Amino acid sequence: MLDESYYRKTDEIIAHYGREAKALIPIMQDVQAEYRYLPGELLAYIAKQIGITETKAYSVATFYENFSFEAKGKYVIKVCDGTACHVRHSTPVLEALWKELGLSKKKHTTDDMMFTVETVSCLGACGLAPTMMVNEQVYPAMTPEKALALIAELRGKG
Amino acid sequence: MGTITINGKKVEFTDEKNVLTIIRKAGIDMPTLCYHSELSTFGACRLCTVENDRGQCFASCSEEPRDGMVIYTHTERLRRHRKLIVELLLAAHCRDCTTCVKSGECVLQDLAHKMGIREVRFQDYKELKPVDYSSPAIVRDPNKCILCGNCVRVCSEVQGVGVLGFAHRGTEAEVTPAFNKKLSETQCVSCGQCRVFCPTGALTIRTHMDEVYAALGDPNTRVVAQIAPAVRVAVGDAFGLPNGENAMGKVVASLHAMGFDEVFDTSYSADLTVMEESAEFLDRVKNGGKLPLLTSCCPAWVKFVDNEFPEMKENVSTCRSPQGMFSAVIKDYYRDPANSGGKKTFVVSIMPCTAKKMEAIRPNSFTKGEQDTDVVLTTTELTRMIKNFGIAFDKIEPEACDMPFGLSSGGGVIFGVTGGVTEAVLRRLADDHNAATLNAIAASGIRGDEGIKEATIPYNGMDVKICVVSGLANARKVMEQVKSGEKEYHLIEVMACRRGCIMGGGQPIPAGPRHKAARAKGLYKADKDRILRKSDENPLMDVFYNGYFKGKAHELLHNPK
Repeated sequence: MLDESYYRKTDEIIAHYGREAKALIPIMQDVQAEYRYLPGELLAYIAKQIGITETKAYSVATFYENFSFEAKGKYVIKVCDGTACHVRHSTPVLEALWKELGLSKKKHTTDDMMFTVETVSCLGACGLAPTMMVNEQVYPAMTPEKALALIAELRGKG
Repeated sequence: MGTITINGKKVEFTDEKNVLTIIRKAGIDMPTLCYHSELSTFGACRLCTVENDRGQCFASCSEEPRDGMVIYTHTERLRRHRKLIVELLLAAHCRDCTTCVKSGECVLQDLAHKMGIREVRFQDYKELKPVDYSSPAIVRDPNKCILCGNCVRVCSEVQGVGVLGFAHRGTEAEVTPAFNKKLSETQCVSCGQCRVFCPTGALTIRTHMDEVYAALGDPNTRVVAQIAPAVRVAVGDAFGLPNGENAMGKVVASLHAMGFDEVFDTSYSADLTVMEESAEFLDRVKNGGKLPLLTSCCPAWVKFVDNEFPEMKENVSTCRSPQGMFSAVIKDYYRDPANSGGKKTFVVSIMPCTAKKMEAIRPNSFTKGEQDTDVVLTTTELTRMIKNFGIAFDKIEPEACDMPFGLSSGGGVIFGVTGGVTEAVLRRLADDHNAATLNAIAASGIRGDEGIKEATIPYNGMDVKICVVSGLANARKVMEQVKSGEKEYHLIEVMACRRGCIMGGGQPIPAGPRHKAARAKGLYKADKDRILRKSDENPLMDVFYNGYFKGKAHELLHNPK
């Protein structure tokens, strides 16, 4: 069960966009921005509040890669695996991160909730390939070594 | 209005919504997986693609007819495209046809055969997903889903339940309840319409034939069957009988041949339902009870009220459904050592309905701690059992039902079609039995194809306002109008499936438009052919209330509090 405060925050967001089916995506985005993920209980709650079925809301939420039902770490690392980044060796970067953090294709977030590693299809910065993002910050021309150094730095910050 | 040329032949059209309908009217068998006239057009399967005189291809289901169109439906190019589509669908499909419950009535299997697909060149890399056996009525096998979306649309558009939906995207796309929940954890009402519309084995009836075979094989068990009204006009479909022909006598004979000890007609307990429900209705009117009275015959509807309108639960009639009443009566009768002959009793209820399987295990379907209905079989399972026993259904001589519950009225028979319960209750309330009265009731607006019908019937100085609904999306509409005060009724009859039980979730498929009309006609004819038309004229009613069951009516015929 989620804490009551989650529902109150969600109520605020729903009130802002209005109780209509068409407000579903902006509401989900704001909830995700608030908690860095979209808690399943809240999705069901939102659906009920705006008068659509839970199934429909789930359908929309799973259609977009951007929404996640899993709690994410403090640092969300997006490794670009678009064509340009891929040919300029983004895979070794990803593999180095996975190895360092004990993650895999199935497991995205470290147990201490510090790091989440995911791949994205394009960050729109192909000239800087291979590219990586940590939260809102872009890191260009990555190598496995630079990626590991960055992890060490972030760990230092805590 | 206009003319289009199909394969060189001129075909007139009037108000057809799409080219596909005209093609089919012209007698051309155009394959589709995702098109249904009762659902919104989806245009996903592309099998109905046609070519025009300029070589352009388009899906005929999504194309409006225009005067002067010239189209071709089965050119070499189109047939090649269609074959490839089916081959690709098969590539991602669990192809265990010989052991699949849908074998023989699967649209995909039929298409693969028609198109002459002898091998599938592509390999399936998908991992097998678990099959969902959690529902008492429906089995969901995601490995056989082809993403046509029929179930998604019928569940939300026609039934207003919306349990099934698409999830994920691209090669990951699947049809599933929210959060991949099991059906038993959702708001599913077990109506089975998803299974009616599913072209493959992805959604099928949860079958219970093995339990019945075991009971039939046990000499110490008395196996008793009750057969619902709607079964008799659909069972013949699988044996080449004319659509909608009443095959009750043949069903009874077949069950006797299989070794059923007693075979009864659920119309008998429909008569009991009429007696009880009209008494309850009059009592509520007289003593200021909760109105509108909501009928309780349809378990999917009762579950729907539980889920969506819990504040109206007390409006639902306390009567058990005809299935519930009959099983309780049968069990009670044979519980008496004088009648049991030392055998235990096994009640098999043969229904057009998947939701009855759910009803049978509901806590209020138990009497004296015993489950009243042991097994519910659908019409589809019945046809399979008839074949399993090697019975030549088209040739078997009809037989009559057994006593002591073998008589029923026409009022009980029409329970299988939307408006039937109401009509039977109105007959009961009418003072006399003459053709004029019965015809007036029939013509009051409660018969017919519409999803929502209204009628006002004068009775003892008051105007009784009635609403007859089929399809749960329609029911939701009516309930919301009642809640808001926009509409006021005394009695609301709801059948979850459009057109009532004749089109129930357990009926044989495919059921085209001809079946709908034919099945309703078949039941009305069965009613008209009877001498007894009113439930209260059934002499067994008097035997029930004043004979063996005297004083037990409430315990056996109503849900325990």
